[in-house]
Amino acid sequence: MGDAAPVVEIKHLSKIFREAKEEVRALEDATLSIRQSEFFTLVGPSGCGKTTLLRLIAGFEQPTSGEILLYDQPLADLPPYRRPVNTVFQSYALFPHLTVDQNVAFGLEMQGVDAARITQRVAESLALVQLEGLGPRRPSQLSGGQQQRVALARALANRPKVLLLDEPLSALDLKLRKGMQIELKRLQLNTGITFIFVTHDQEEALTMSDRIAVMNKGRILQVGTPTDVYEKPADRFVANFIGDTNFIEAQFREDAGTAGCFHLANGMAFDAHETNDLIAGQHVVLAIRPERAALVEHGLGTLAGTLSNIVYFGTDTTYHVAVPGCGELQVRSQNRQGAGAHFHTGDAVDVQIPPDAVRVLAS
Amino acid sequence: MSRLSRNPLMRFPGMAPVAGFAFAFLYMPIFVLIALSFNENRIATIWSGFSTHWYGVVLGNDDILHAAQNSIVVAVVAALTGTLLATIAALGMARGRFRGQTGATAVLVLPLIVPEIVTAVATLLFFVLIGFKLGLLTVMVAHTVFCIPFAYLPIRARLDGMDPALAEAAADLYANEWQAFRRVTLPLLWPGILSGGLLSFIISLDDFVLTYFVAGAGATTLPVYIFGMIRIGVTPEVNAVSALMLAVSILVVSLSWLIGRTQR
Amino acid sequence: MGGSAVTKQMLRRASLIGPALLFIGVFMLIPIGLMAYVSFLERGEYGGVVWHAYTGEAYSNFLFERDLDGSLLLNTDYLQIFSRSLGLATVTWGLTLLLGFPTALYMALQPERLRNLLIFLVTIPFWTNLLVRNYAWILLLRNNGLIDGTLSHLGVTNEPISLLYTPFAIGVGLMYSFLPFMVLPIYASLEKVDLRLVEAAFDLGANHLKALVRVIIPLARPGIMAGSILVLIPCLGAYVTPELLGGSKSMMIGNLIQTQFGAARNWPFGAALAFVLLAMVLITMMIYTMRSKRGPEPAS
Repeated sequence: MGDAAPVVEIKHLSKIFREAKEEVRALEDATLSIRQSEFFTLVGPSGCGKTTLLRLIAGFEQPTSGEILLYDQPLADLPPYRRPVNTVFQSYALFPHLTVDQNVAFGLEMQGVDAARITQRVAESLALVQLEGLGPRRPSQLSGGQQQRVALARALANRPKVLLLDEPLSALDLKLRKGMQIELKRLQLNTGITFIFVTHDQEEALTMSDRIAVMNKGRILQVGTPTDVYEKPADRFVANFIGDTNFIEAQFREDAGTAGCFHLANGMAFDAHETNDLIAGQHVVLAIRPERAALVEHGLGTLAGTLSNIVYFGTDTTYHVAVPGCGELQVRSQNRQGAGAHFHTGDAVDVQIPPDAVRVLAS
Repeated sequence: MSRLSRNPLMRFPGMAPVAGFAFAFLYMPIFVLIALSFNENRIATIWSGFSTHWYGVVLGNDDILHAAQNSIVVAVVAALTGTLLATIAALGMARGRFRGQTGATAVLVLPLIVPEIVTAVATLLFFVLIGFKLGLLTVMVAHTVFCIPFAYLPIRARLDGMDPALAEAAADLYANEWQAFRRVTLPLLWPGILSGGLLSFIISLDDFVLTYFVAGAGATTLPVYIFGMIRIGVTPEVNAVSALMLAVSILVVSLSWLIGRTQR
Repeated sequence: MGGSAVTKQMLRRASLIGPALLFIGVFMLIPIGLMAYVSFLERGEYGGVVWHAYTGEAYSNFLFERDLDGSLLLNTDYLQIFSRSLGLATVTWGLTLLLGFPTALYMALQPERLRNLLIFLVTIPFWTNLLVRNYAWILLLRNNGLIDGTLSHLGVTNEPISLLYTPFAIGVGLMYSFLPFMVLPIYASLEKVDLRLVEAAFDLGANHLKALVRVIIPLARPGIMAGSILVLIPCLGAYVTPELLGGSKSMMIGNLIQTQFGAARNWPFGAALAFVLLAMVLITMMIYTMRSKRGPEPAS
């Protein structure tokens, strides 16, 4: 976790690219505050502006408007080599004509650190990423995973205030990636460096981060802890991007004696739970996580439908239920009792939705 | 066309014989020339024995040596100047689009498009008009003009093939523009520069038409001299000196080829 | 915010590209402009030009000559030279294409080691002295030259034949000089062809010939066009080959131009001819750029 003092502050940052009579609004009015020693992740689909934001912090692009502050100092016109931040590039960008040792030492050499200190730091950094002994090799002689660690060591050797990571794990295969996720998290906790991590993989964002910023089409949609973002998505996009969600359109009506009711187009209805800001007659979209819903026998649940598909994942099973007027709802349950098939495709079933599992989104 | 090409299905009838003929066609005259240069006989095309006599005659001929020296001096100066101008131009053209880019590229490769006889005429008229006396300097200047695009193309190709993230990584690691250039861009660009330089050198060494027009007296280069010799007649000396020029060209091209292959 | 950084970048670019552009501008563009200017000047009495005396004489010289009484008579000599040049360039283009395409195809289908060797072998003639390479053909084609000698040795001919100093000799010389210029671009194009497309063609019932014509050749089109340009343009302006192998009876445009600066001493005419040649080349280049921008043609 981080303490309260903000390390990086982004204020109304915008970036417009003008390429051959076309205008691309890569980033629009982004405002963020990142705290000391935080593992902060920018997540979103390609083109959402997360990499642009990272590059603006690093100094590879200049903002069209807005400010970036590092420890209250504006970064404004500072070129990248004057900013105390370092980047781990998606393509690693290791210098092919230098050895691993020389790569890791590069930043220190540029800063004029003396030779003895450099040797020591390089050894420390390589040890940190478990690559001792590979110093004399060239990048071309290393595997993808090893190259990735060298890129990490090269950045960390400079003890930056902030480490920027641009989708560093996207080129690795699954097993390797999972291992590196754990290692990166461990590294961050040990060194206490503020990490700003960019990824398009929402699972990665959830598992590694202290806080997440979900972005789309150049805008920041929501900032919060993984739990916040998952349990209380701010809008339809966030709900859909992070994890799976069922969306149901309904109308809120106040019924006497109850907190209120959501009425669906198909005539079904169920009770509401949080109704604080809702007006009678308001059209809303309800977001329900598949794992919060349950599949029950016909007549015992909230919504009635037909079981159309069963998808077995090993650890859990997802049931697709066709509910008239709602489309297909997904219900996910863990295979606690092994893969026992209680229900069969074609059965008439009910979907049980606990009232507190319903998240109301504006329509 | 990769590994799949080893599939015997990919054999097109007639390909191999035509290719064979083409290679034979390309190399037969060269072999004939080299073979005849070792001919003892004064009459070039009647073989009477193996001899390196004519090579000795050629290497002892002061005029030839002087012309060769001129050629080399011109080639070195033109290649160095042309490569330098081409290198900084390539660096200026890299990374991103800007206004006038197509125009600049067009001008840079113009010497490759304009027929050499046209360039020769135009350059001659220019030198005469401004009173620039024809001599070795005029040849150097004229050669530099076409050395620029010959060096520019391989350097530009090499630059375009470089990961743009490398320059950014250097800046990220506290290198200012000059340091980044010296420690990252230049070492990686170097094989391209060398290759471009060697190619320019060879092109200048072999040049005839342009040199013929703008060389003054005393500024004869080897190709111009050989042309004069051929005009007079076919002699064994011509064979020998031609074979020597061939050997030099092949050597330099091979060198340039090897350099291009070592750095991937 | 980013304004001054942008102009600083533009300034930097300009200072890097500037020197090279300036050099070519001064020593190539200006001279060409001057050449166009000279073509409109009057011919000097002992060669050279008369400055400030303007006339279109040089251009009319192309088709007409002045009779003793000053009237214009049609003169087809120069037209012949131009048509010969065009004809030879076209024939050379066609033959290099016929010979070059299968060669490039063969090369593209070889395993990597052999392929690299073949590329190297094709590249070498590319970079060796044009003069020397054409001279080698003199050895072969002349009276009692190698070909003649072999033929009479074999008893095919009784008298010495001279293949030299004929348009045929020029054609052979041009083809020899520019074959690598056709092979290498076509090879570069073929190398990029995805062979799986050919497999797909086979799968759909095409035999080798059909696959070649309907799939491979269209995909190699950029290379074929590049190679064609690289052969046609130098052929039009060729000087060395026709000079060594053609003799005075078979002149091409290049020789004609050189004569104006040599024996004939008609500089404006030479400049005009060179300018016309340049115009022909530039028009060809424009057609080429427009056609290659249009991209692959829709299937007919």
